[in-house]
Amino acid sequence: MSKTNLSQSKPNLPKPKINWSKIEEAEKFAETVKLYRQGKINHDDFRRFRLQHGAYGSRMTDNYSMVRIKIPAGEIYPEQLDKIAQLSEAYSIGSAHVSTRQNIQLHWVILEDVSEIIRGLSDVGLTSRESCGNTVRNVMCSPLAGVCPNEIFDPTLFALAVAKFLLRNPLNQALPRKFKINFTCCENHGMARIADIGLIPQKIEKDGKIQQGFKIFLGGGLGAQSFVAHQLEEFTPEEDLVYTTIAVLRIFDRMGNRENMARNRMRYLVNEMGWGKFQTLVLKERAIVRATQSVIVKLEIDKAPEALNKITISSETPSLPPGFARWAKSNTVKQKQNGYSTVFLTLESGDVTANQLRAIAQIAREFSAEGRVRNGFTQDIVFRWVRDDNLPGLYSKLLEVGLANPGALTMASVVGCSGTTSCNLAITNSHRLAKEIQRKFLELKLDMDEDLRDSSIKISGCPNSCGQHEIATIGFYGGGGRMGKNMYPLYLMSLGGRADEQAMLGLMCMKIPAKRVIPVILKVIEIFKSEKKAGETLNSWVHRVISGYGGPNIKSIKDIKQILQPTVVAPAIEVDKDFYIDYGSDGGFHAKTGKGECAA
Amino acid sequence: MCCLSTEKTMRITIDADSLRTQIRDKSVRVLDIRKEEDYKQNHIPEAANLPLASLLADDSPQKVLQLTQSFGIDDETPVVVYDDTFGALASRVAWTLQYIGHDDVSLLDMTYGTWKKMGLETSTDQVSYNKKTHSLKLKPEILATADYLESAKEKKDTILIDNRERLNYLDNHIPGAINIPYRMLASQDSILRPKEDLKKLIQNRNIPPNGEIITYCGSVGTLSGLGYYALKTIGMKNVKLYVRSFKEWKSLEKPMESQRDAHYWDLSAE
Repeated sequence: MSKTNLSQSKPNLPKPKINWSKIEEAEKFAETVKLYRQGKINHDDFRRFRLQHGAYGSRMTDNYSMVRIKIPAGEIYPEQLDKIAQLSEAYSIGSAHVSTRQNIQLHWVILEDVSEIIRGLSDVGLTSRESCGNTVRNVMCSPLAGVCPNEIFDPTLFALAVAKFLLRNPLNQALPRKFKINFTCCENHGMARIADIGLIPQKIEKDGKIQQGFKIFLGGGLGAQSFVAHQLEEFTPEEDLVYTTIAVLRIFDRMGNRENMARNRMRYLVNEMGWGKFQTLVLKERAIVRATQSVIVKLEIDKAPEALNKITISSETPSLPPGFARWAKSNTVKQKQNGYSTVFLTLESGDVTANQLRAIAQIAREFSAEGRVRNGFTQDIVFRWVRDDNLPGLYSKLLEVGLANPGALTMASVVGCSGTTSCNLAITNSHRLAKEIQRKFLELKLDMDEDLRDSSIKISGCPNSCGQHEIATIGFYGGGGRMGKNMYPLYLMSLGGRADEQAMLGLMCMKIPAKRVIPVILKVIEIFKSEKKAGETLNSWVHRVISGYGGPNIKSIKDIKQILQPTVVAPAIEVDKDFYIDYGSDGGFHAKTGKGECAA
Repeated sequence: MCCLSTEKTMRITIDADSLRTQIRDKSVRVLDIRKEEDYKQNHIPEAANLPLASLLADDSPQKVLQLTQSFGIDDETPVVVYDDTFGALASRVAWTLQYIGHDDVSLLDMTYGTWKKMGLETSTDQVSYNKKTHSLKLKPEILATADYLESAKEKKDTILIDNRERLNYLDNHIPGAINIPYRMLASQDSILRPKEDLKKLIQNRNIPPNGEIITYCGSVGTLSGLGYYALKTIGMKNVKLYVRSFKEWKSLEKPMESQRDAHYWDLSAE
């Protein structure tokens, strides 16, 4: 009798081009956990090892890990999404979490199972190696790279080449602290100025020849103290990309602060040394690197052109599905390639179920001419190379699996870090608050409000900036307040942050109790509506006000504070018990935190 | 993939091709554990319908014996069970048959959904069997009760396994239990992963091969029934099923343990 075979061949679908994994690391991890449990490896050494392999401790316990899967340049293939879906069901909570740095995280994994996740990831060429710890973290690239109408050239291949060059490179195994590299497509889409190294493609004409290269920004970053980066030089030719990267890493490795955990990111080194001195040092170091590196030290940039898939699905839809116009307006952008669109998929705080991941994989196979997806900077998923006439069909598929929320590219798409759902450092449940705000915005159809479209809300559960609150139009970070002997969760609100060409960090405004955040946001919008000049958006109005050019009623941030004051007063606990309870809790609030592991 | 247990030459799982041969030879009794309406639509040829709810309505040994006999099963009849729920419902029935002393029972190694996906033959014929006589030889060594669990707490080499999903386990569980969610046990097309994989998971957790293991789940011992058979396939000898599971434990107001100070439910996109 013939054996029946289940595996179906899927012809002509692109396969991952780079294998980031190393299967031996799974076995090594399993062995090391056993030795640790037997007391043969001390806690600190084990923690360093664990972080190097991408496993964080979880809130209040070391027995569970958060496994952070790197998605270099944000490019992920359908078979990889299917695998992550399977791993999340087997070893995690049946949902995965898309981060703001193009990682996909699996939470509440039993330490003893981490090795099996590493093993599973290696089936599809993915790794969690160096996604935590004092290493170069995931190398990011704008999800619009390659399709952005403003870009000078597509930096994706360079991002992938840098990621490949650095992964497991001895240069990068024990830095003073974590190190972040971001590539963007253009000035507007990306985070070049808030990374350790940020890069924007650029071309110049020199001696009658067009030369390709980058604007390189150094020493930016968000955190308890945040800094906007400095541009290294007018133009860095692409040949110098690898030398500049090595030079900067070497200086940081040599001179970064290894004593004070709170000040050991490179931005502090730049700040303490002064930009001029740091800049000179980098240029000198680069000259040395260039002169002394072996010829084999170079980036492998795979410039082979890629063919697009033929999309065979029918573009005929009998009628436009309900909600399509609203969704298309706020979730899609036209590509520079005529006839194609890029589709943004908003996830509540980046959470996605295993079944939804499988649906995303299937939609990518059917609808994307590049046969894969990217994850973006706002805990989202991005389908590119979708034919314009296929958008209604794609939307219908998203509706079926509950992924068709509108507002992806508007203020309604709120970023929230993991907060007290899993993080040791968190004080508040920022994760849930972000979901609540998004639901309220969609309920009030604020995603359709043109005035709010270029604004953003981002929330962190503590002063560290995983939720990137400092670059939000309205940003929040978690803390605790006290009324008599009772504590309540609250957020520090900042206004006017942005990460574009005029990058600046939000200005601290005031404390807002957690249960008053939504009314306060709505109040700010109301004030703006009554104050705005013709054509002004919330974002531009906020900038006018914080720059001191407000109108007669609202001159400065002080006036906003005054209007909000009555909303933020703490009621007596007898009057409003709910005020003292954080989202997702049924009991009283305690500002309970554990030890952070970023710097281990 | 058939797995030979070390105790007897009983197969814990049986693959589709072996089952098809046995059906053709009329040397097997096949039980479909799905709901009656699903069974009526179509089922594996020659399979009789035993919805799990019918068994659970009264799973006292006497009643189970009657049921068994009514399906024409005597002490020597090989039985194969299947469902469309990860193999968990089938496991619960298989375990119950073993508990009353019927040893020759195997799980089809795939769900009915997979069977159909593979394009294997189905039938809509209702099947009935002549009643047979079966003896009753209870096997208390595969059953755990709440009282037994309490007394086993004192024993060092007894390990309690919770087969529910991670979030339920974090929320609350029997003190000392370790969590192996049922989703960990299956592979894409098979209700149980290959033995080597299962062994690795157990070894990673440092579970001694000779210890006593008790599995439980949320309410009626289905997911933990699958957990029970996963452990049996890798040759674990002393495995018990706490068949009344966490539902009973909670209702008896026995002690529970939970992961505190974290809002993990809010990470779920469900």
